[in-house]
Amino acid sequence: MTTSILGLFQQPEPAADAMDGLKEAGFELGTFDVLTGTPYPEGAFGEHVPQHRLFRFPAFGAIIGFTLSIFLTAVTQLAYPLVTGGKPILSIFAMLIIMYEMTMLAGVIATVIGIIFESRLPNLKPGVYDTRITEGWIGVVITFDDDAKVSEAESVLNKAGALEIKHA
Amino acid sequence: MQQRRELDQVYTNRKLLNGQLDTPKWWAPTVTILGIGVVIGLFVIATMINKGLGVTGLGRPVYWGLFITTFVFWVGISHAGIMISAILRLTQAEWRRPVTRAAELLTVFSLLTALVFPLIHAGRPWRIAYWILPYDVARGIYPNIRSPLIMDPVAISTYLTGSTLFLYVALLPDLGNLRDRTTGWKNAMYTVLALGWRGNPRQWKMQTVGGILLSALMLPIFVSVHSIVSWDFAVASAVEGWHSTIFAPYFVIGAVHSGVSAVVTMMALMRWLWGWDDFIRPEHFDALARLLIVVATGWLGFTFLELIFALYGQDAPEIALREMQILTWPWNMLFIIFLLTGYLIPVPMWLFKRVRTNIALMFWTSILVNIGMWLERFLIIVPGLARRTPFVYTWEAYRPSAVEWTILIWSFAWVTLLMLLFSRFFPLVPLFEQKESQVFTDDVMIGRAKVPAIVREAE
Repeated sequence: MTTSILGLFQQPEPAADAMDGLKEAGFELGTFDVLTGTPYPEGAFGEHVPQHRLFRFPAFGAIIGFTLSIFLTAVTQLAYPLVTGGKPILSIFAMLIIMYEMTMLAGVIATVIGIIFESRLPNLKPGVYDTRITEGWIGVVITFDDDAKVSEAESVLNKAGALEIKHA
Repeated sequence: MQQRRELDQVYTNRKLLNGQLDTPKWWAPTVTILGIGVVIGLFVIATMINKGLGVTGLGRPVYWGLFITTFVFWVGISHAGIMISAILRLTQAEWRRPVTRAAELLTVFSLLTALVFPLIHAGRPWRIAYWILPYDVARGIYPNIRSPLIMDPVAISTYLTGSTLFLYVALLPDLGNLRDRTTGWKNAMYTVLALGWRGNPRQWKMQTVGGILLSALMLPIFVSVHSIVSWDFAVASAVEGWHSTIFAPYFVIGAVHSGVSAVVTMMALMRWLWGWDDFIRPEHFDALARLLIVVATGWLGFTFLELIFALYGQDAPEIALREMQILTWPWNMLFIIFLLTGYLIPVPMWLFKRVRTNIALMFWTSILVNIGMWLERFLIIVPGLARRTPFVYTWEAYRPSAVEWTILIWSFAWVTLLMLLFSRFFPLVPLFEQKESQVFTDDVMIGRAKVPAIVREAE
């Protein structure tokens, strides 16, 4: 069964020490993480820098939006050819405006989906947490498949100066 | 110079969540009064739809009046959000932090309000479905995408959808904060909305990278929306004063002028009503006023360019229109008020730091700008139609009716009500941005001067 513990710190330095301690104790990257109520500079806790593919999302969305916009502007007008004022059925300038907006709209929607997906949200099982994290405390959370390592993690957190350790 | 304040996170939470965790005493009476005003406005709108557009002052030849003026005005106000949020975020302007949420919110609510005007102006709004919604009808006619009346809804709905999503994504960390500070049904609501936010490095990185990416995507949309609104007029080649090639940039810069001024108005109100003196400081008004001086001067340049281009062509009807707009009563009075309130009073005042950092003066000058900007749209739209032209049998001037004035006032009550309702459940100042500014800022000694230094990460 997966369990997790959370060490709470009030200052970034001991939290960074705890992260270093966990690495030295052989805990695998990805099994421990740091939780903060505000963004810190990347690497402030010596944490694993997450890789992401967010930049692919807007491009993917824009391609879908552009394709749909061609359908809306060109295919529908050809399907319902109604000449107005002697103007051509396919009016490129008017089409470009709608194609542009639809391409951008799909790009934005895909980006938002990407942000939520890459943030690993929605997170239906948030696990061990403490509300003081959004008051400036820093949490170091460790997830285990093997309960035998819990005491080892606790000792690393205590050695680094954790003010409290919570279990879930 | 940054007026740095050391603020701990508990204090920041308590102060900036005071609208959600406690109800200010003025909130309920204000919302009630606004609510009554909104209901009256909705009743007037319903009456107009029931009786028809005959209850307005609209008719031939002035078929676009107060409604379309107010539509353009609210679309203009909506440009505040992306101007402030996206440009300042991309340029990493430190003073953006307390401003962004309010500006994004103003975008969403003013766009929602703007959309109402073309709908009700159509007289029978339900018939709009025939020419906007892409669905097959028995007549075998499909919406004509060549019409600017299709471009408008497409552009505005793109902007509205994008702005709303932008607002929500940037709210996620603060929703997590509210979840941690509430109990009962409110806690359940924030838990669902926060999507399980925890604040790990991956989530913070996505906030930063995603915010920049969305800003970059929203900026071209922001420019396109008011350009497209301006083309509603610019493609009407039969109306003097409308068919101008500079309308797109002229409308965009005018929108930024009125939008940023509206943000100043809102910032002053937020500081006074919620007591956020530690967060919304004179330095922020100073920075916004400096930005406004540049924007307003650019906008004034376009105003004169429009006149110069019109006169340079020596086209008799065009010159007649400008004569009417600038020299004929009552348009000349409106033109003078427009110039005074839009530029000549506020901008020279903003040249003085004492004014820029005086919140009451900034509040009133920002309101003046928006009176001027509303008049600008009125003077663009109505005189072109009202000018006496050959073969037009109606030469009556346009007199907006009480119904139109009521609906105009309703729109202000409606936007304010939406803002206040939002403020009851969601923070108007992004808490995590404020806290980030504390983490990334420190005082450093240079010689004997102590100056605040801001750390920036290389992306």
